Amino acid sequence: MKKIFGMTFIIAICALIFAPNFLPAQQAKPWEQIPTPRLHDFKPHQPQRIVLKNGIVLFLQEDHELPFVSGSVSIPGGAREEDAAKTGLVSLYGQTWRTSGTAKLSGDALDDLLEAKAAHIETGGDVDSTALSWDSLKGDADQVFSLAMDLLFHPQFNAEKLQLAQQQVATEIMRRNDDEGEIASRESAKLVYGANSPYTRQPEFATIGAVTVDDLKAWHDRTINGKLIVAISGDFDPAAMEAKLRAAFEGLPAVKAAPPRHDTFAGPKPGLWFINKEDVNQSNVQIVGLGTDRRNPDVPALVVMNEILGGGFASRLFQKVRTELGLAYAVGGSYGYAWDHPGEFRAEVLTKSATTVDATKAALDQIAGLTTRPFTDEELARAKDNILNSFLFRYDTREKVLAERVKLEFYGYPADYLETYKAALEKVTLADLNRVATKYIHPDKLAILVVGNGPEIKPGLDELKLGPVQTVDISIPMPKQPGAEQKQ
Amino acid sequence: MQRKTSPWIYKGVMALMLAAIALAGARAQDLKSFEQRITTKVLLNGLTLVICERPEAPVFSYSTFIDAGDVNDPSGESGLAHMFEHLAFKGTSQIGTKDYAAEKIALAKVEAANDAYEAEYLKAVGRDEAKLAELKKAFKEAEAEAHKYVIPNQFTDVAERNGAEGLNAETQLDETIYFWSMPENRLELWAWLESGRLADVVPREFYKERDVVIEERRMRTDSNPIGRLVEQFLATAYVAHNYGRSAIGWPSEVSQINATEAMDFHKKYYVGANIVVAVVGDVKASEMLPMLEKYFSNIPAGPKPEEMTTVEPKQFAEKTVAIREQTQPFYLEGYHRPDYRSPDAEVYDAITDIMSNGRVSRLYRSLVRDQQIAAEAEGFSPFPGDKYPGLFAFYAVPLPGHTPAEMRDAIHKEIDKLKTADVTDEELAMYKTRTRADLLRGLADNQGLANSLAQYQTRYGDWRELFRQLDKVDKVTKADIRRVANEVFVPSNRTESWIETEAAPAAAAQKDGGAQ
Repeated sequence: MKKIFGMTFIIAICALIFAPNFLPAQQAKPWEQIPTPRLHDFKPHQPQRIVLKNGIVLFLQEDHELPFVSGSVSIPGGAREEDAAKTGLVSLYGQTWRTSGTAKLSGDALDDLLEAKAAHIETGGDVDSTALSWDSLKGDADQVFSLAMDLLFHPQFNAEKLQLAQQQVATEIMRRNDDEGEIASRESAKLVYGANSPYTRQPEFATIGAVTVDDLKAWHDRTINGKLIVAISGDFDPAAMEAKLRAAFEGLPAVKAAPPRHDTFAGPKPGLWFINKEDVNQSNVQIVGLGTDRRNPDVPALVVMNEILGGGFASRLFQKVRTELGLAYAVGGSYGYAWDHPGEFRAEVLTKSATTVDATKAALDQIAGLTTRPFTDEELARAKDNILNSFLFRYDTREKVLAERVKLEFYGYPADYLETYKAALEKVTLADLNRVATKYIHPDKLAILVVGNGPEIKPGLDELKLGPVQTVDISIPMPKQPGAEQKQ
Repeated sequence: MQRKTSPWIYKGVMALMLAAIALAGARAQDLKSFEQRITTKVLLNGLTLVICERPEAPVFSYSTFIDAGDVNDPSGESGLAHMFEHLAFKGTSQIGTKDYAAEKIALAKVEAANDAYEAEYLKAVGRDEAKLAELKKAFKEAEAEAHKYVIPNQFTDVAERNGAEGLNAETQLDETIYFWSMPENRLELWAWLESGRLADVVPREFYKERDVVIEERRMRTDSNPIGRLVEQFLATAYVAHNYGRSAIGWPSEVSQINATEAMDFHKKYYVGANIVVAVVGDVKASEMLPMLEKYFSNIPAGPKPEEMTTVEPKQFAEKTVAIREQTQPFYLEGYHRPDYRSPDAEVYDAITDIMSNGRVSRLYRSLVRDQQIAAEAEGFSPFPGDKYPGLFAFYAVPLPGHTPAEMRDAIHKEIDKLKTADVTDEELAMYKTRTRADLLRGLADNQGLANSLAQYQTRYGDWRELFRQLDKVDKVTKADIRRVANEVFVPSNRTESWIETEAAPAAAAQKDGGAQ
């Protein structure tokens, strides 16, 4: 090994010194002469999984490197389940739960107590779940765990803290049209799923104003009976921790399964949409369609296709639009897959107003090219190398392994999903790529949204020849109460 | 930066604040255990290698820390350090080319064609438009000719195919940082790639990449309300020092940077004495050091570049920046403070913590919880850099219906309390506890640790300072906080800036995307 290295080094030095006259070095690809020794043996450290009689699942992941203990409780049910007339409820719940505190200890007192120990307990709401999490130094772990359990089982939602949360969300509503990128991603997602879909509907002043303290309590009482997943990691004694968790969770009633969802996903109406924003000099172009979910056996082939389309520096979109044409700093795209519902196909390019049409055409051409320009062996090999050689970074820390296991448990995937997924990636062939591209890439089913400075966009968007340019109204419905904020 | 998704300025001041906290938080647990696992070696060319063994998983992360950033851009060339950083992803004489000898000649012609074009373009009088068009055409032809020899993105391609994760770089005002993580069995390949691009950069595809960087400016600064405000705020707060200059570059300057200037910057600042490379992970220093030493010895020696002479003069006039536009209101102010070497550096950290850290902080409790006028209110420091005297800044996001003026008055009231009464024992103790714990938390991450080690090795000449700073943290007193607040938070040392919402014109119908 050392010898080979020595030679490489000498070649490298010669090339540096004699570069003008001494040429074969670059054709020699000196980096290919560098040996790749066998990777050190490594088996990701899996957490201990315990299923309680009532169906609650515990994960214990020991990690004694640093003197900390952290934990989380994941609770099924999120914003997609909230009443449309109260959109924003789960976000308000996620904030108010923690800031209100418990019957014994107010949220403010909890802040003082925890911060003095550099410890944290936080709550939050997401599209399909809510969660409670905590972390502290090892020495404070017992006390912080008790406080977290008190908050989990005896929350005390109060009106003042709900009002604070409502002000936070009101501020977000008021500001949601200030940032071009935020407008583009939000409005393009609405094109894919529909403006009133549980996945994209947005809070308004009226819907957050309709949420009451009783709504938050009712939400909590309903979801706490679901299949909780409790995950602990860090510097603890596993037997003692298991006993503690059993004491806290074993007495709860049998978990209630979440009712199945019956969402429909039609995908976007094909066409061209535009939102005018005259304080920018760059257009944000989103090209969107409906994606798939992870249970689809074509996902591994789609992941390889994504790598070729928009994965890294060598991807088709990056090479063409950024490197070759210099039309964008930010450019990318992929056929998306979510855990339990269809994700989005999304390609985006950010380019100066005057090159909006050129850059959009270039991106559309690369998307269409997935079915017309055959994939090469070189592209396949590169994409697989990119994905497989960095696969290790999905489980190189115990924290990541634990987070992955919690996700798999939450969505009902097998514990060895990562291994089977990796094996499937390794088997993807050119024929698979061509098959999935033909099956899933339909340029005529995509919607294109441009957010940009209308008067500066020349040539105009009609040059794209994608039918009439339809404008999207993003004005913010203002509250009706007297003395409220004026319309933006 | 190459392709960050949540970069600085993009998310506005909030992200900047987090970066400042990350710096302040990076200190450590047990110096002794690190002494045993860290090997430091200064090579003959002056370059310093810091290797930290952390064999938790068969991976490593690295951080190459160049002690030069956009603050070092020569006059008229703002954005140059960042432009060069982009060039460092384009390969070398050995990678990214089909035939370097021929490419070198072609690149010289590109440069000559660009010089000819710029000379005509910049003529104060008598510019010949027809000639300009011709020169532009000649330039494009030269560029196309040089492009024939390019194997695009081969450098990054080789890295990514070998498992590089989080491959990126950042140009700050003070420094330029290159980083990624890899499986441990690619350490030698990494050493070849990294030492190669530091020593042997080729101005390949320079002018196309310049267009890419200008798009980056449009995204981060021009098309972002807070990006626009921050640029004007800094330009107003500073009269002499380069901290006041646009970091990504003024449009007229960044659009005219040429490859010769970029290569001159490289020659001056990318010398061994100006570079620290830190590697953290599953790496045995005793086995790997000879190999690393051989590769990194390729980098030219050269003297440590001279220090900047400009010192920002004492501010004596209170300054304001008011932007009126159709975006929501925002408030930001700043006071000049000393650099990171100041004996009071930790006192500033204490003030930041007590004023801003979490729901117990004074600004949250006052402006957000009790007065209910703001959605967020925090202070952060130092900004926009720490190597030279920066600012102690405060910002607040008004709730709907509240104004920047209310934010300013409420922040000033909280600052006055710092000046007239001591902070409590609990607040001071909390700062010390949290700083210690945050430092510990940061030690479990290869990339974060590599960045911190490289930074402290550069700034203090010894990575151990990362740990020793806890002693200075422990020494901060209530009297220190009151003294510093009285020295620094005075009106004549202040720049205030805000966005005021302008009413939309009555007939603001949606424009049609230029489809007329």
